[in-house]
Amino acid sequence: MLRKQIWSAIAMTIVLMIITGGIYPGVVTVLAQLIFPHQANGSLITTSTGQVTGSALIGQGFSKPEYFHPRPSAAGNGYDDTASSGTNKGPTDRKLADTLIRQAVDSAVVQDGAVRGKVPSDMATSSASGLDPDISPANAAQQVARVARTRGVSVDAVRALVANHTLGRQFGFFGEPRVNVLSLNLALDSSFRRAPEATASK
Amino acid sequence: MTANGWLQIFFYSVALLAVTKPMGLYLLKVYDGSMRWLAPIERIIYRVCGVDPEEDQHWTRYATAVLFFSAVSLLVTYVALRLQHVLPLNPANRGAVPDRQAFETASSFTTNTNWQSYSGETTMSYFSQMTQLAFHNFASAAAGMAAAVALARGVSRKSAGRIGNFWVDMTRGTLYLFIPMSIVLALLFVQQGVIQNFHSYVTATTVEGAKQVLAMGPVASQEAIKQLGTNGGGFFNTNSAHPFENPTPWTNFLQILAIFIIPAGLVYAYGRMVKNVRHGWAIWAAMYVLFFAGVTVAYRAEARGNPIHASRGVDIVASETNPGGNMEGKEVRFGIANSALYATITTDASCGCVNSMHDSFTPLGGLVPLANIQLGEIIFGGVGAGLYGMIVMVVLTVFIAGLMVGRTPEYLGKKIQSREVRMAMLYVLIFPASILLFSAVSVLLPAGLKGLNNAGPHGFSEILYAFSSTTGNNGSAFAGLTGASYYYNTTLGLATLIGRFAMQVPMFALAGFLAERKQAPETAGTFPVTTPLFVVLLIGVILIVGALTFFPALALGPVVEHLLMGAGKLY
Repeated sequence: MLRKQIWSAIAMTIVLMIITGGIYPGVVTVLAQLIFPHQANGSLITTSTGQVTGSALIGQGFSKPEYFHPRPSAAGNGYDDTASSGTNKGPTDRKLADTLIRQAVDSAVVQDGAVRGKVPSDMATSSASGLDPDISPANAAQQVARVARTRGVSVDAVRALVANHTLGRQFGFFGEPRVNVLSLNLALDSSFRRAPEATASK
Repeated sequence: MTANGWLQIFFYSVALLAVTKPMGLYLLKVYDGSMRWLAPIERIIYRVCGVDPEEDQHWTRYATAVLFFSAVSLLVTYVALRLQHVLPLNPANRGAVPDRQAFETASSFTTNTNWQSYSGETTMSYFSQMTQLAFHNFASAAAGMAAAVALARGVSRKSAGRIGNFWVDMTRGTLYLFIPMSIVLALLFVQQGVIQNFHSYVTATTVEGAKQVLAMGPVASQEAIKQLGTNGGGFFNTNSAHPFENPTPWTNFLQILAIFIIPAGLVYAYGRMVKNVRHGWAIWAAMYVLFFAGVTVAYRAEARGNPIHASRGVDIVASETNPGGNMEGKEVRFGIANSALYATITTDASCGCVNSMHDSFTPLGGLVPLANIQLGEIIFGGVGAGLYGMIVMVVLTVFIAGLMVGRTPEYLGKKIQSREVRMAMLYVLIFPASILLFSAVSVLLPAGLKGLNNAGPHGFSEILYAFSSTTGNNGSAFAGLTGASYYYNTTLGLATLIGRFAMQVPMFALAGFLAERKQAPETAGTFPVTTPLFVVLLIGVILIVGALTFFPALALGPVVEHLLMGAGKLY
């Protein structure tokens, strides 16, 4: 009796492994590749020469002043997609309050003329994944003047571009309004020239 | 807190209510054997596995079948992870998983915990993810459902002592329930941007000219069962916060609905099985009240934010454009409301997937997931496990009510006597014993303190959360704790096994004992289990049992940290 049970356990493990671990993901892959190939392969953005610039869904690092900057990231050295991570620092952690958040606030004040105490909450904090592709509309608005100044274009023109790239809540009420940093920066490059010194160095 | 945040919470509640009955009716058809469209495949499986589908098992036999199946599948996965480097589908050339980590991962996935001390994108091959981890997602979920259905049979049958056939329940749950639902959900995910491929990692050249390696893999298929099976083990390190696992607010909504849909439906199905639909709804109501209380506390705490961070210059007041609150460890697309909602749901159930980092929540925001787990994950709960955990509490409630009026307690016509209560108490006591003893030992050992990422009371919370999560088979974490050490891999792995099997055995015994009891007709002295009074009493018993056991530990962690945060103290 017991031996029969053990055999059933072994056989059931193998059978279910084949069905759920082989056939099921196989079927899903075939269907996904047939119906939604772009999404199934990572929503990749490519240049005209076929080079991959990134994924529309994954944040990437920007530090030059002519671009909008993403949120601080704890993934590897910042936006490392093979090392997704948050800081996992708790609410009473000294490093979080006095190093990470203070630095982010200082940089918003110095670079973007933010008022201390009025720095948008997503601008000063790291995301859960370290790969957050979005910033809040308030965060983007805070950076508009810097980007316009560096590129030598009007604040209104940049503001209009940001408005165009602001995603509302999905179906009107799901989630929060947001701005995809990569798509906004790509639009910047195609609408306006890059920073004068960046063009000169080429 | 914003009006739109509350709108999303209410919309979720309405959606959950709407899917409960249809899901419950479907579950009834799956487990009573009347659904037949895959009968030929079923027959082949029974023949290969040497199963007689007509056999009705005694509870001892049912329990040994569960244990044998779990032991075998655990062993297979351990071996497969150790041999990962020689097995196929390994484009990123991941090496063998270290022994202690392979043990912990195998136990963790076998027990529906999915605690992960590894980081998926740098540890696991596609083969391991698919054939081992995703397989366990299905198998442990189907086994949990089987256990709950067996208990429901025990309650509903008249002096039988037999509670069904584990192999049949297992097969039918996998074929008719989890696979079809997962295929549909996976495709909905892919449409929104969840990836599903077998490519090697893609190297991108970013706009500023840096290199960014994009991780790939069969994510959507695993994501779907991870939610539906309340497993929670992510393909990537940051789980459902990673944009390739959870790209949009819509996928986020589908994910949290997928966590509760089967447990909620099962409560309704249970009512039908024991021929008392109103009792099913009474349990549903108690669960909903506890869920709503949890999400309210968590949302309020996270939306109020952290006064220390405000004093460093952060604007924690929400507006139409600024998320405000505590955004540390949260994603912009989800914001405060969806992060609090997700954290509440994933710990009400035994899912443990996360879309935000619980470790970085405010003390009271983080207290909610921790307390949810410590109440036994019976608020809708894990698939199957939530219902059987809840029925144990119901039995205790009926027992206490019986003591108060001085009559022999009955539950649905079955007398509750010492052996039933003994099994229920065993179930209730093993749980905190594992959590509190492991936590206490860990704070005394250098090896236990070495893995901490935070000092002060928050460090203690990390340890308490780890053992609550593993014993509760949840799998979420205060993820700062480094679980990848000999000490933690071993102790946490053991905690998952205790939390699953040392608790399931008394539960099966309870099912068997109840099944043996004759059905007695209801009398005027029978405590009704369909009234608001019952709902209130049930909630009271759950909260009192939970609070008496865990309040001292919680006081040393989140409670004291909340007071310290208000005083601006840092560690």
